[in-house]
Amino acid sequence: MARVDVKKTYKLYIGGKFPRSESGRSYEVYAAPSTTRRPRTEPPRFLANAAQGSRKDARDAVTAARAAQPGWAGATAYNRGQVLYRVAEVMESRRPQLVQEVRDAEGLSPAAAEAVVSQAIDRWVWYAGWSDKYVQILGGLNPVAGPYFNISASEPTGVVAVLAPQGSSLLGLVSVLAPIIVSGNAAVVVTSADRPLPAITLAECLATSDVPGGVVNIISGKASEIAPWLASHRDVNAIDLCGAADADGVDWAALEEASADNLKRVLRPAGEGAGAVEPDWSQTPDLSRLTAFLETKTVWHPKGR
Amino acid sequence: MPTFEYAPAPESRAVVDLQSSYGLFINGEFVDGGGTSFKSISPATEEVLAEVSEATDADIDKAVAAARSAYTRVWSRMSGADRGKYLYRIARILQERAREFAVLETLDNGKPIKESRDVDVPIAAAHFFYHAGWADKLEYASLGTNPRPHGVVGQIIPWNFPLLMLAWKIAPALATGNTVVLKPAETTPLTALLFAEVCQQAELPPGVVNIVTGSGPTGQAIVDHPGIDKIAFTGSTGVGKMIARSIAGTRKKATLELGGKAANIVFDDAPIDQAVEGIVNGIFFNQGHVCCAGSRLLVQESIADEFDRRLKRRLGTLRVGDPLDKNTDVGAINSRAQLDRIVALTDVGEGEGAVRWDSGCALPTKGFWFRPTIFTGVSQTHRIAQEEIFGPVLSVLTFRTPQEAVAKANNTPYGLSAGIWTEKGSRILWMADQLKAGVVWANTFNQFDPTSPFGGYKESGYGREGGRHGLEAYVKTGA
Repeated sequence: MARVDVKKTYKLYIGGKFPRSESGRSYEVYAAPSTTRRPRTEPPRFLANAAQGSRKDARDAVTAARAAQPGWAGATAYNRGQVLYRVAEVMESRRPQLVQEVRDAEGLSPAAAEAVVSQAIDRWVWYAGWSDKYVQILGGLNPVAGPYFNISASEPTGVVAVLAPQGSSLLGLVSVLAPIIVSGNAAVVVTSADRPLPAITLAECLATSDVPGGVVNIISGKASEIAPWLASHRDVNAIDLCGAADADGVDWAALEEASADNLKRVLRPAGEGAGAVEPDWSQTPDLSRLTAFLETKTVWHPKGR
Repeated sequence: MPTFEYAPAPESRAVVDLQSSYGLFINGEFVDGGGTSFKSISPATEEVLAEVSEATDADIDKAVAAARSAYTRVWSRMSGADRGKYLYRIARILQERAREFAVLETLDNGKPIKESRDVDVPIAAAHFFYHAGWADKLEYASLGTNPRPHGVVGQIIPWNFPLLMLAWKIAPALATGNTVVLKPAETTPLTALLFAEVCQQAELPPGVVNIVTGSGPTGQAIVDHPGIDKIAFTGSTGVGKMIARSIAGTRKKATLELGGKAANIVFDDAPIDQAVEGIVNGIFFNQGHVCCAGSRLLVQESIADEFDRRLKRRLGTLRVGDPLDKNTDVGAINSRAQLDRIVALTDVGEGEGAVRWDSGCALPTKGFWFRPTIFTGVSQTHRIAQEEIFGPVLSVLTFRTPQEAVAKANNTPYGLSAGIWTEKGSRILWMADQLKAGVVWANTFNQFDPTSPFGGYKESGYGREGGRHGLEAYVKTGA
């Protein structure tokens, strides 16, 4: 007889812990129809009951992120780089699981899922390497017309809310999350609604990679329900609206408008006009997602004998 | 030692040739605006200087159309080197006509001539000179791949540094290949209109710079205009939030340079006389009409009494009065409305229990004036410790430890600037790391330079102006 396997409970990731939603809610997650095989008539395959995050979960996550952010930003850039590289190591060690979950979530062929997971791990390594470099690229001495030492350097913005891409459940998520935390920001991520499971497994990678609890918080559920509370939250410094593309009931214009209450830095979704499209994550990134969540600080001091 | 009275030393007004009325500057020429005209007065004397047009929605349409046409047909096709040469011309003409600009700025704004002459106008010229050189070097600026202009930029500037803010806005916009529709503040439009003449003298192609005068509704019309690709605004946090809401859900970009409530932090080992000068410059420069003004003094408890004595003695020597007098330190409050706001907030300060002191100096009988004022015994929750007064009013708080100073300094929604006064280098660097502020001045204050990025954290806005960083706001990059 076949062994009865032990199934995983997919929960939220807040403050380094894996709680269920305080609301007690969960929702059913199904495998995506295959993109490579002919359509079948059989019903969608049940994968798991994911926790359905609430506005209270989002607020708890912001509290955890705020508490964790100064310590993370205060770590040396070398240390942050090593911690993030470690995330890639742990992802590599969980490759079969990630591949299966991405296959299920996105309906990819085994080869395509392998390629996506490889790219996700490689992208994490790419951003990890930036930790102790971007400050030099972006800042430096300013030759002011006077006897002053004057220097500009980048600092993290603070707590960043993220609507993760709806389509690309792992590569897209990594591509938005890594550039936010590499500089010392803390993140509160709302996962893809229909494809949350790879995000929770990524949370398990983060939890076992020396990323301090609270630096990344991951809430599965519906962006339409949670995002307005993050957009209007006074203790969130910035919001990445990437995942507004193809998210049911999400109006990114309204989220941007709410963000103005405390002048959050807003990274709009890709696309033209009022529309929103998910970027092609297979493209090599530039620094724009990293610089979107930085502040420039300029320090002056007189020179003299 | 005997003290000597100062004799009056007025700068001559003869250099300024004011017209009785001004139109709008659209497509390279002055045209009549469609709206009612309004008066620009000298805040020091309440004398009417000139009548200015209020631009209507139709006028904004014309200005945006002129800017778009100039962008498409001329400015975006011109080489960076040639764009730069126009900016060099403008810088040179500003230098040539520096005295004229300084006197006009002082007349219209009320700021002391020594500041308009030594700060506003020379730094404005320097901004054009600096950005001229960037125009043909943008691909070296680490802005990303393929940097290119947005198109037509709408710019709205405040009344505290009218010409300088114009330079901060127009110079980087033009250097990066954008064209501009700029609205100066309603109380200080005259140097912007004189700048329009500079554009003519420089033979800048028509439509590259358009200047439309008016008040809030004119600004809103610029923000809402579908032909505007990017907004650059300097002003209050309240209006900044309105702009952010107005452009939400569009693809318009924005840079917002907004309010501040900067802490100027003095440690017990600071050189006291130097620190006193820095505190005075920090809050009484330009009548305290400075978004990055050091409006909160945080002084270490052990030296608070001594510092208070020396500060008040120094305030007693500040010369308040005729802005055109070359010996004047503190000029006129820019408008009746601003004076009312300062009076209201200082009354609140007294009402909340802070102790008020002013220098008791004589004030002119006409115009808008406010004595340099200090509040001691201020606590964190007082409105004069939280809200931007934008006047010559200093709120004094004390602290014991560096940690406490940081906590108090950061305890506002703003994050524009901060000051540190101490002889200990390691403490300066630690403090600078901790302070949530876009500009940190250590053992100095209120220094500005075209190469040095300026802009805030948190509700002081977003984006930077000046330096390589300031170019980022005016280009798009990537495929």
